[in-house]
Amino acid sequence: MKTTVEESTVLDAKVLELNMGPQHPSTHGVLRVKLKLDGERVLDAECIIGYLHRGVEKISENRSYIKCVPYYDRTDYIAAVSNVYGYLLGVEAMMQIEVPKRAQYIRIMMTEFSRISSHLLWLATHAIDIGAMTVFLYCFREREEILKLFEALFGARLTTHAFRVGGLWKDLPAGFEEAARKFIDEFPERVDEYEQLLTKNRIWMARTKGIGVISGKEAIEWGLTGPVLRGSGMKHDVRKERPYGGYEEFDFDVPVGENGDTYDRYLVRLEEMHQSRRIIQQVLDRLPDGPVRGKAPKIVKPPVGEYYSGIDGPRGELGYYIVSDGSAQPFRVRIRPPTFISLQALRRLVRGHLMADVVAIIGTLDIVLGEVDR
Amino acid sequence: MIEILLIYAIIPLIKIGVIVLFLSGAIAYLTLLERKLIAHIQVRLGPMRVGWHGLLQPIADGLKFLLKEDIVPTKADALIFTIAPAISLLPAFLVFAVVPFGPPDMFEGPLRWILGWFIDDTATITRIAENAIASGGYVTDINIALLFVLSVSSVGILGVILGGWASNSKFPLLGALRSSAQMVSYEVALGFAIIGVLLVAGSLSLVEIVQNQQQQQVWYIFYQPVAFVLFFICGLAETNRLPFDLPEAETELVGGFHTEYSGFRFSLFFLAEYANMIAVSALGVILFLGGWLRPFPNSDWLSFLDFIPGVLWFLGKVFVFLYVFIWLRGTLPRFRFDQLMQYGWKIFLPVALGNVIVTAGVLLAFL
Repeated sequence: MKTTVEESTVLDAKVLELNMGPQHPSTHGVLRVKLKLDGERVLDAECIIGYLHRGVEKISENRSYIKCVPYYDRTDYIAAVSNVYGYLLGVEAMMQIEVPKRAQYIRIMMTEFSRISSHLLWLATHAIDIGAMTVFLYCFREREEILKLFEALFGARLTTHAFRVGGLWKDLPAGFEEAARKFIDEFPERVDEYEQLLTKNRIWMARTKGIGVISGKEAIEWGLTGPVLRGSGMKHDVRKERPYGGYEEFDFDVPVGENGDTYDRYLVRLEEMHQSRRIIQQVLDRLPDGPVRGKAPKIVKPPVGEYYSGIDGPRGELGYYIVSDGSAQPFRVRIRPPTFISLQALRRLVRGHLMADVVAIIGTLDIVLGEVDR
Repeated sequence: MIEILLIYAIIPLIKIGVIVLFLSGAIAYLTLLERKLIAHIQVRLGPMRVGWHGLLQPIADGLKFLLKEDIVPTKADALIFTIAPAISLLPAFLVFAVVPFGPPDMFEGPLRWILGWFIDDTATITRIAENAIASGGYVTDINIALLFVLSVSSVGILGVILGGWASNSKFPLLGALRSSAQMVSYEVALGFAIIGVLLVAGSLSLVEIVQNQQQQQVWYIFYQPVAFVLFFICGLAETNRLPFDLPEAETELVGGFHTEYSGFRFSLFFLAEYANMIAVSALGVILFLGGWLRPFPNSDWLSFLDFIPGVLWFLGKVFVFLYVFIWLRGTLPRFRFDQLMQYGWKIFLPVALGNVIVTAGVLLAFL
């Protein structure tokens, strides 16, 4: 998209070009934003990405379907569980593997835990970007509890390699359900704590209201999904529209914002944490007994064809487009990374705002550079 | 001769030495206090390794700064880059030349006792001990002390601007521009807030301001609550503390004006920030909270509090101020630059002006 930038500034001063990143405290990884500034006002911003490119999609073409899985852990490392989930749903659909009910439920529970953990990390960094330092550590306190749950079930905290084709690696360990219940019982109180510090805070409101406004229509044009789109008032959630993996059995709301600004996206994400909690509560109440792994072949060889599996990740619609040529390795896997697409809107969102807002807007898009660069 | 030497040279020099040493120690431990308090606000422990509960941490930090390489960027203006931290730190210390830590007769007793060992003539001892310059709880008491404080502390901004500019780098430059704009605009409101107190006190000498609070039997915070609030907010902005820490907003400007500084020069900027915090707190205590006076200085029912020396009252109140500074840092997000300027010029300045007019009007009408 071609855009023109006004080069002349007040008093004929020169435009200041400022490199924000790749080493910068609030670009959330190795994003480099080339800013054109008139004083503190942003005239233009150009994202330069690729510092974390590892060629995950290409690597997948040389691995068997099963061996690909740990690589997808490492694209969006903040929500590794959802990533693996999306891919495996695609593979299972192609192979027409039946996943046992218990495994489905546990998968949903862990994915929602992963959403909460991802949103907590987002809130932490978003708040510290705007200067609220304490929220950062409060969020990490809760995230730690979730990571402990991950560790108990998956054996790893961050790159979990959560699920296997056909179900889970193993059943829930002893004491897991109690720990999960304890967490979700305490969680609303903790979210209230963050809200006390931020939601009605005059400074927080001044910093986020009316910043990075995007209308619902425009958000769709940019291809935005997830909380960013919902913040603009569009009720779009893959879990509701194309339910997958058993989500249709659970009861939850899709929160939407009104104004499409940073503040609304903040509220939407906070409410999503509550909704995720609701889903986990239902899973724990209705968790059936049974096996956790269905009948899956040792060597996964999907029939020739292609399949798109899209899930609602914490950052938006996370899609895997898998093309099979009938061999044990995928012919092509194309990931639809939600933040790669929302990052494109950064330029549109920051223009005309001040430099301090750039930080807030990067935060509100909730980007993960591992996913953007793949 | 010895008498003049004692009153005007030796005793003040000793006092200066004590204040500088005490202040350096206070700054060092203020950093520890900040880290500890914020840590506990954020449910963690803070420094625990060096000494008991990290009590020796400031010393370790100081040593570390001394041993670090002192880097001057090749394209920086070396001379200005080198002296900027000193320009920033010196005024912060200079302010304490006129800050009264205690009443004018604070050292009368100790002086009599110490001098008794060296001088036999009781008349000389009395003359020295009763001279306020020698026995006062301050280095000097000048009749324009408040103006001195304001003018000296504005020089400190120069260090920040020069440091940011001389680094020849974009982030420090932006930080320096922000800080100059911020400090200049908030100094105006701060000045007007102080005028309210001046009108009530009728003096620019810090010692007299406190003494007048004793005579009028009330701390000026009760006469000038609006001015106090303004003073406190503008003081936060003057010292670049959250929510006004824009010049060094680390998430936007990396380190702000001191991005390019390292080692000892960085630590000088750091010290200056904390010295300024103490200075603003001390000024606030003197102007609004009655300096070395106990609460309700003239009422008898609180006279059992008199056994606490004035200097402790003073330091205690300063501590409360500092505590609130740190507390705010643990609680609030940061303003944006334009919002900060808006608050400064559109709210604080008019309110401060209004406060001056109302105060003057009331004084004219009723006194």
